[in-house]
Amino acid sequence: MEEESTVQSKGWFKRLKEGIQTATKHKKEVPDGVWFKCDSCKETSTVKEIKENFYICPKCGYHSRIGSHDYFDIIFDASFNLLFEHLKSYDFLAFTDLKGYGDRLQNAYEKNEVSEAITVAEGKCHSRRLVVAAMDFSFIGGSMGSVVGEKIALAIEHCTNHKIPLLIISKSGGARMMESAFSLMQLAKTSALLTKLAQAKIPYLSLLSDPTTGGVTASFAMLGDLNFAEPQALIGFAGPRVIKETIKKDLPEGFQTSEFLLEHGFLDFIVARDQLKDRLADLLYFL
Amino acid sequence: MVFLEFEKPLESLYEQLEKITQVGQEGDLDVDPMVKELETKIRKKRKEIYDSLTGWQKVQLSRHPERPYTLYYISQICDKFIELHGDRRYSDDKAIVGGLAKISGTKAIVIGHQKGVNTKMRQFRNFGMANPEGYRKALRLMRIAEKFGLPVVCLIDTPGAYPGIEAEERGQAEAIARNLFEMAQLRTQIVCYVIGEGASGGAIGLGLGDAVYMFENTWYSVISPESCSSILWRSWDYKEQAAEALKLTSDHMLEFGLIDGIVKEPLGGAHTDPEAMAATLKKHLKQTISKLKKIEIEELIDMRIKKFRNMGKFQETSDQEME
Repeated sequence: MEEESTVQSKGWFKRLKEGIQTATKHKKEVPDGVWFKCDSCKETSTVKEIKENFYICPKCGYHSRIGSHDYFDIIFDASFNLLFEHLKSYDFLAFTDLKGYGDRLQNAYEKNEVSEAITVAEGKCHSRRLVVAAMDFSFIGGSMGSVVGEKIALAIEHCTNHKIPLLIISKSGGARMMESAFSLMQLAKTSALLTKLAQAKIPYLSLLSDPTTGGVTASFAMLGDLNFAEPQALIGFAGPRVIKETIKKDLPEGFQTSEFLLEHGFLDFIVARDQLKDRLADLLYFL
Repeated sequence: MVFLEFEKPLESLYEQLEKITQVGQEGDLDVDPMVKELETKIRKKRKEIYDSLTGWQKVQLSRHPERPYTLYYISQICDKFIELHGDRRYSDDKAIVGGLAKISGTKAIVIGHQKGVNTKMRQFRNFGMANPEGYRKALRLMRIAEKFGLPVVCLIDTPGAYPGIEAEERGQAEAIARNLFEMAQLRTQIVCYVIGEGASGGAIGLGLGDAVYMFENTWYSVISPESCSSILWRSWDYKEQAAEALKLTSDHMLEFGLIDGIVKEPLGGAHTDPEAMAATLKKHLKQTISKLKKIEIEELIDMRIKKFRNMGKFQETSDQEME
């Protein structure tokens, strides 16, 4: 009752329209100003501060989403070489929903510095050779289409031929619908090729980051010799919205987080981003 | 008989046929010529409808309530079938069935999604939506097949792997991924048939085979047309458009080179003549298995991996263009 009267007495502060009113196009994933507002605790820090802290919020420890090149900078000692940049997606099914796939791709090229939802690079991590394939969520939701599948296939073959360990950093909404069954077959393609890497006894490390769902989780992301994740990442097969609609119940707190997966036995450990490079070097020492 | 929306013109013809047959039974009137005429009309109409089915109509046919499911085919094609239960880890999933099968002289392990035949059974079978246990049971049976040199037959018919809390807790994604990984190297023949719905991860979890076929009126896609509509059109109302856009029918899939062939259905769909459909399946899979058995196992696995490795379409730019 008390609560009600409080609300009434503050009636003139009441929001006229419920919910967030900012148009999506006015939002930015990584801010380029001076201030950085944490998506989780809403506290602000300076951009310099957050960058030096691996895009981990100094106030609450939340790991902001970062791109493939940020990971390369974190993991590799110095320079690295990009691999398989010659592959390009195209709209071979003439797939049109509210927008054409071709337009979506064009839009993604303009918005991103990367040319696909995954970028592969080779370099050294604490002096040990390593190939890293890292996904970019900002490129059509990190979705896996033919190019993502082919780049992973080429990375696996490259690693097998040159005996270099492979790290895949997953960050994806799932398979790319605009490539229909072709994208579904990438699950089979990437999983099948990983068996070759396994036969050659080359280490395959899988790092799951926020978010990793759908076809990516149901293929290479879950198939590492070791699977590990950044803290608090959303990881699952079905998206939380789909599950909620199916079971018509609220989801338990912490459902489908890294911590949830660790508890249920699907991750080897959780690693904070500022510890990532050292942890990789430690793992590679054993494998 | 259940008529789908686009089959409505047939319904009235069937009604007329029934009435006339009744009249013929009651009186002395010779109705034979009229019956013959109506039957011809029905055949013509049926052909007309089925020769030009849209993607969405095929999706509806694949979900026809009278369509035969895995256990029906098993009962028709096997002289002997011993069902095997459980994943030895958690439970026995009712949405995927499997067991030892003798198909007139051919020994095999048959595994398939199973939907229920009535309201009660549909719930019991969870509408053909498997939990991780289903995929793990399937893998356990495949291992038996490998050990004892039996070919594996997978019958795919699912609206998707089950999206539930427990499914996530027990690792739905891991179960599917593991099947793909293990099936790629399984040292025996694997033949897959999409007999109804081939939805996404739930379908491919039984779908990495040496030979993959689709029944004529089925679909295979990364997402159902309804969910695709809901995500990309932000409304449930564009399922027809989504079905067209996804190009999910058997003829498209064959044209894309993503499947190895199409198994013809009786005119009007598998449910119009289930026995004939089962006979077709039996003949087809016996031929396929005997063909695959002639290939050395190492070569077979190589071919299997290469086939999936080559799936995907992209452009390759030269270095100059990239600058």
